[in-house]
Amino acid sequence: MANIKRSPWLLHYDGSSCNGCDIEVLAALTPVYDAERLGVVNTGDPMQADIFLITGGINEQNKEVVKQIYDQMPRPKVVVAVGVCACTGGVFKDCYNILGGADTVIPVDIYVPGCAARPQAIIDGVVQAVGLFQQRLDEHHAQMKKEA
Amino acid sequence: MAEVICPENILEEIEVSDLLRRALELKKAGFRFSQAHAVFASKENKYEISYSFSDYNTYQLHSLRLVIDLDTVVPSITEIIPAAVFYENEMKELFGVKIEMISADLENKLYRIEVETPFGPKKEEA
Amino acid sequence: MGKRSVIPYGPQHPVLPEPVHIDLVIEDERVIEAIPSIGFIHRGLESLVDKRDFNQMTYIAERTCGICSFQHGMGYCEAVEHIMGVEVPDRAKFLRTLWAETSRMHSHLLWLGLLADGFGFENLFYQCWRVREKVLDIQEMTAGGRLIFSVNKIGGVLKDVTDDQFKFILKTMDEVEAELKVIQGTFFEDYSVLSRLKGVGVLTAEQINALGAVGPFARASGVNVDMRKLGYAAYPHIDFEPITSNDGDCYARCYVRLMEIYQSIDIIRQVIAKMPAESDLSVAVKGNPDGEYFMRVEQPRGEAFYYVKGNGTPNLERMRIRTPTFANIPGLCEMLKNTELADIGLLILTIDPCISCTER
Repeated sequence: MANIKRSPWLLHYDGSSCNGCDIEVLAALTPVYDAERLGVVNTGDPMQADIFLITGGINEQNKEVVKQIYDQMPRPKVVVAVGVCACTGGVFKDCYNILGGADTVIPVDIYVPGCAARPQAIIDGVVQAVGLFQQRLDEHHAQMKKEA
Repeated sequence: MAEVICPENILEEIEVSDLLRRALELKKAGFRFSQAHAVFASKENKYEISYSFSDYNTYQLHSLRLVIDLDTVVPSITEIIPAAVFYENEMKELFGVKIEMISADLENKLYRIEVETPFGPKKEEA
Repeated sequence: MGKRSVIPYGPQHPVLPEPVHIDLVIEDERVIEAIPSIGFIHRGLESLVDKRDFNQMTYIAERTCGICSFQHGMGYCEAVEHIMGVEVPDRAKFLRTLWAETSRMHSHLLWLGLLADGFGFENLFYQCWRVREKVLDIQEMTAGGRLIFSVNKIGGVLKDVTDDQFKFILKTMDEVEAELKVIQGTFFEDYSVLSRLKGVGVLTAEQINALGAVGPFARASGVNVDMRKLGYAAYPHIDFEPITSNDGDCYARCYVRLMEIYQSIDIIRQVIAKMPAESDLSVAVKGNPDGEYFMRVEQPRGEAFYYVKGNGTPNLERMRIRTPTFANIPGLCEMLKNTELADIGLLILTIDPCISCTER
């Protein structure tokens, strides 16, 4: 965390979660837990987002949506799977319409367990995501310099 | 102590041909359409369809029950009760109940699932 | 007459915490028709009855929705208890009522916050959520979880609440009431809030009746319907009257939900005052459910419907959950007609949509 130079923006998308984790993601951003003190800002636009928080498993209909949102985000980007459903499918993994966790369609970097994931756990996930984002940004810049 | 209204639920078994008439009568009597659902009874190999109506004032729940064979065609009640459209599309998509004349037939595209009729009769494996 | 065009709205949209897709047919800025399409969160959890037994299904039912989680579990358990003829101990009934009302409080506070966010009043959004955390603290302390706390079981509840905890709850209720009085002024009197809410999206009682709407959405149009009057859990021992309003607009919906928080505070005080002495919290349940039952409970969003059919084996034949939002979607589509495009986000919020439970 010490070498954070940027303020990454968060995008939240509800896969097929039960709402519990979504509400906890929002609660983590509100004053009591205040994830925004870590320099992140919640946004609704994928094109401006750097960190993708996804809750809930992947089903037949939303897999294209999730893929599209992931592709719309500029590089470098970090994906955080929040809650056990986004990690593995959770209690719903035997349902006919659930394909599995978020990693069935997009690469996931950080897994936050919990049902529903607690705000403290989500903040920890965001902290790690901010660090990873900075690291990827540095690598990206080094690559750009080499190519130039 | 608050007044408690606790009417017994009414369950009325009817024939397919009576469905529209009974639905209209209940609507005229001031009942609101509450829900509809299907059950696939695996033992009898039949569908059980329930249409529940509820009264805003007396809280009475009145359900109409159809017990039909798998290939019986059921008329849609959406002409009488427009709010039934999602319930009927759901039955059609998830159970494979044959319902005709739905006012907005989504052609099995309500949930857009890959599995065909997941709640319906199990397909015999070849 | 202007040119007609179709605007797709959602599934990923800043004002919606959950994905729902609506095709809006608009003429200039005016909405002519709204065609919803759902299914982004369809999991098919009702099909799990084949793989899980009826006791395990309690936990599945609780995960239908993360906000009204407790009430989903309670509705399912009450339905199975009716089939099996189980009489739940009185203390368990009162505890269920207590948790049901804290769920309602935090759900309504959450909604008030989202509404404030919907009309761009971020400060008010944060204030509502700050107060909501106090209610969540009660749930965490008494049941061990913030949102999904799995204290229901068939035959009773799993956890008891001690006298010290009751004292804490009463103290918190006083705090929440005082804070709510401050927030209430902004919702009911602030000029800019009123200009967004008054007279927007009006539905009459006749329309509500025809479209089968439920819950605060129906009560805001003057329809006096509250399933708590059916007398499940400990509600027969509680004195309360449903809160209604006659305006049928967004302001009325806001009014009904805000006043229901006060009502819940009152009910919780009654529950604690009338709490039966310590006893067993659950009764042993023998055998498997055989038979069917239609159960209705009043969730924060309205009437939820549970149909359970057992066939004498541990696996149920069918569990069906009809959630309040499913019943309110026809009302929403009617309400969206003839409104301004800029109001759409706010109007969708005022039915308090819970898409996760709608699609199950």
